[in-house]
Amino acid sequence: MDVAFIIETIVKIVVILLVFSALAGLGTYFERKVLAFMQRRLGPMHVGPFGLLQVAADGIKLFTKEDIIPQNVVKSIFKIAPVITAATAFMASAAIPFWPQFTVMGYTVHPIVADINVGILYVLGVMAIGLYGPLLGGMASANKWSLISAARSAAVFISYEVITGLSLLAPLMMVGSLSLIDINNYQAGGITNWIVWSQPVAFILFWIAAFAETGRTPFHLVANDHEIIDGFGTEYSGMRWGLFFIGEYANMFFISFVIAIIFLGGFGDGTIAGAIQLLLKVAFFFFFFLWTRAAWPDVRPDQLMWLCWKVLMPIAVINIVITGIVMMF
Amino acid sequence: MFEAIAFYLFATLTIVMFTITVMTSQALYAITAMAAGMIFISAFFFILGADFLGAIQIIVYTGAVMALYAFGMMFFDTTRDVVEKRTSPQIVFVLGVLAAVMVVVIFVSPIVSNNIQALYPIQEGVGNSQAVGMVLFTKYLVPFELAAVMLLVAMIGGIILAGKKMDKSLTLMAEEEIGSMDESFEPQEGGH
Repeated sequence: MDVAFIIETIVKIVVILLVFSALAGLGTYFERKVLAFMQRRLGPMHVGPFGLLQVAADGIKLFTKEDIIPQNVVKSIFKIAPVITAATAFMASAAIPFWPQFTVMGYTVHPIVADINVGILYVLGVMAIGLYGPLLGGMASANKWSLISAARSAAVFISYEVITGLSLLAPLMMVGSLSLIDINNYQAGGITNWIVWSQPVAFILFWIAAFAETGRTPFHLVANDHEIIDGFGTEYSGMRWGLFFIGEYANMFFISFVIAIIFLGGFGDGTIAGAIQLLLKVAFFFFFFLWTRAAWPDVRPDQLMWLCWKVLMPIAVINIVITGIVMMF
Repeated sequence: MFEAIAFYLFATLTIVMFTITVMTSQALYAITAMAAGMIFISAFFFILGADFLGAIQIIVYTGAVMALYAFGMMFFDTTRDVVEKRTSPQIVFVLGVLAAVMVVVIFVSPIVSNNIQALYPIQEGVGNSQAVGMVLFTKYLVPFELAAVMLLVAMIGGIILAGKKMDKSLTLMAEEEIGSMDESFEPQEGGH
């Protein structure tokens, strides 16, 4: 393990942290603008050109707000819960290849922090820990709305996790590897090789599960404003509340990368064109998260569990069986 | 050097976490420390190069401990300390020490008598998950299938025990229907 490798890894970690923290902030701006245009409003427009500096204003507000720890909460758990959401979101990104490898001044850079050969399992596993943030925050704050939100997050977690795993199994059987780079290279032959054409059902199922994983609108029942105030976030203030949001938006970006790499060819053969395509695909999936929020109402918790266990799980199992039969003959 | 640092760091963290799990009287601390300890254990698998087992450790135990939280939520007020009823501290101490000694003996005796041998050499050019799969579906096929059948039995048993009135949804029912559905289940005056 030489010094160059250590320095390279630290630089990569810092770059990913900075880029995606900034993107998480910008994500809130995009979300407000997209929602506003879809609802015939203008959205933020007074601070800076096109309201772009609204992000900075929000950041300053969150950082300088008083950090209130209410009475009767379980202090250390209450304090650590938002950190879990934000930290695991970034830890999960360690195994995601964000860009094909490129050469700068004779030095080949692999834009992935750790190329472990079980990449996708690691990413999904660590992302799943992120749901401990809402759960712990909800259980630690002495508030009934928060407790309901924590109970919901446990139910959501147990429901969607099955769909994520089972829907991914079929494409993984075809590729024969758990590494995201291998999955990408399997589809390097161009648009006809994309896994989405051979596994459309798995693609849809995984996409639906991604909404539950990030807690976005059709499955936003963990913090549904009109039912349970802000759920787990009710008692939080200042930067601790902001950390929940950084985690949520970073997760949206990372899960968009994962969907694009597994089903839509990722960065293809590794040229610049392929890399730009990957970013466009990620941008589309991120936009789709916002689009759904503007277009769809929320489902009830029992409807989500019904959907996951009685509809999606049987479809996923049938998909695996059919894939196995086709691969065998 | 990095392996040594990582090992001692995670060993300390794991021991501290499980100590908190046993010592605290606060249910939320206990479950959270246990979840953290289980996740820190996965670091040892990563240090040993068993990436697959490490990732599986994370996935399995986040889900399993999540179910414990659900029980904790139902049984305790998790923001208060749990008052335990200790009738005889001596018996608890003796039984605890005996159990600990027994676990140590069980795990140390094969090492002392040198009976642990790696029968299956590490295959070159085979990934981590493939290696696990090969051993699982050749040498350990019967235990693996038995475990699968046991899990299936547990799942069917759970569904039968819990799913008595699964075709009816309490959310969609009117108050009177719920009352007439089951005589033993009576909603309180004034509804919810």
